Amino acid sequence: MNYILSVSDLSKSFGAVTVADEQNFGVTQGEALGIIGPNGAGKTSLFNLITGTLAPTSGTITYCGESITKQSAALRCKKGIARSFQVPQPFSGMTVFENALVAATQAANLRGQAAYDFCIKVLEQTELLAKANIVAGQLTLLDRKRLELTRALCTKPKLLLLDEIAGGLTESECVSLVDTIKAIHAEGVTIIWIEHVVHALLAVVDRLIVIDFGRIVANGNPQQTMNSDQVREIYLGIDADV
Amino acid sequence: MDWVNAIIQGTLLGGLYALFAAGLSLIFGVMRLVNIAHGDLIVFSAYVCLTITTSLGIHPLVALVLVVPIMAAIGYGLQRGLLNKTLGTDILPPLLITFGLSVIIQNTLLQVYTADPQKLSAGDLEIASIKVGSLAVGMLPLLTFAIAVAVIASLQYMFYKTALGRALRAVSDNQEIAQLMGLDKRHIFGIAMALALAVTAVAGVLLGIRTSFDPSVGGGRLIFGFEAVIIGGLGNIWGTLAGGVILGVAQTIGAKIDPGWQILAGHIAFLVVLAVRPNGLFPRMSA
Repeated sequence: MNYILSVSDLSKSFGAVTVADEQNFGVTQGEALGIIGPNGAGKTSLFNLITGTLAPTSGTITYCGESITKQSAALRCKKGIARSFQVPQPFSGMTVFENALVAATQAANLRGQAAYDFCIKVLEQTELLAKANIVAGQLTLLDRKRLELTRALCTKPKLLLLDEIAGGLTESECVSLVDTIKAIHAEGVTIIWIEHVVHALLAVVDRLIVIDFGRIVANGNPQQTMNSDQVREIYLGIDADV
Repeated sequence: MDWVNAIIQGTLLGGLYALFAAGLSLIFGVMRLVNIAHGDLIVFSAYVCLTITTSLGIHPLVALVLVVPIMAAIGYGLQRGLLNKTLGTDILPPLLITFGLSVIIQNTLLQVYTADPQKLSAGDLEIASIKVGSLAVGMLPLLTFAIAVAVIASLQYMFYKTALGRALRAVSDNQEIAQLMGLDKRHIFGIAMALALAVTAVAGVLLGIRTSFDPSVGGGRLIFGFEAVIIGGLGNIWGTLAGGVILGVAQTIGAKIDPGWQILAGHIAFLVVLAVRPNGLFPRMSA
């Protein structure tokens, strides 16, 4: 398989707590992969390992054919790995546009007018253009989530990691966000999406991975995976919103 | 008229203090590093200029063309090679390391240049003045103030209008996220220290032209810099200029009352501001 990203035997533990346990999986170019799992299963830790803010205990991460396991977060970002955070973390003292510009100039290496034009294009896509000059710290939750997405897109990612970007949104907000993500995916960006709002996830992803206690317990077709016994067992008592 | 004169002289002196403070403020703002060696780096810049002017026979202000890049390079090297390793969640290591650095710089200067007071000779500029009404305003203090305003305006422009400034603000705002936007904070911190020491170089040369200096005077310059930053309010570059001016005016007025009260009056002004407005007069006004 021609993977854009693959992890092999990836493990990470903090003392007795294992957040990634011998994980093996790959994502093909242009794919949209969903990740679900109970709280504390190690989903966000997996993103931290892929982006480089956490170093794995063992195992390797391969991106575009080379091992990036030892590379810095900044370098991985420049190579096209971007993420959004579950709890939005804007540069709160800077405007929305400046937040976008930092990503466009530092990661995507754009300069001057080209950077401005690119940011405007992305802000249009994420529907934040009207709020471009607002200081990021004053945004509402939906707009902060949109800013997370904007900033990630301004790095010109090949691989976009979305961490519970639909969580906490109203139904109509969620629908418009899903449309935006579909449009991004249609442009050829590979997506890995962690989400508890399963119906939003299933509207986009081609494949689903289920993580529990740091282990990958299922990996395959979204509908079949959702109906599998493991998933039913993990989510027993939780109203699986399918 | 004497009092008006004291206020004008104090204001112009404030420009020099603002230059002492600008580098300190920049470093603290970007990486939360309190640089105890800042005063000694100012004095070190003056000695670098002294060596250049005596060996090449050029005017100290012309020598800035060399002193500024030399200090900037030292700043980048110092940050990448030493200070970056001290930065973390604990603020104590950088304090201790820069304190040690301060001792090392002072003693190295003592060893190389001896304890004899030195001065940078700027020729006619030192005594030139222009008449304003019945007052004579020195060209050098006027030039110092103009340079301070220019430096602070450039820093302000750099911070808010350039990609580098946005990078510095992004790292200052959230280091971890900035890394994920492709910013290498080790490099950004290096650039910040290079900029700070470039400003320090200007401050050191102007100090050296204005008064005599020896290896031990750094500590006093550090205090004046700190006071100007705190009076103006952390994170506000123009506030730092205001802080410098307030400190300078307080000192000259103090000296006017009694020559022995110059330093004391500055400290009192600082303490009053600290008591009344603990966050400074203009905290983050332009954030």
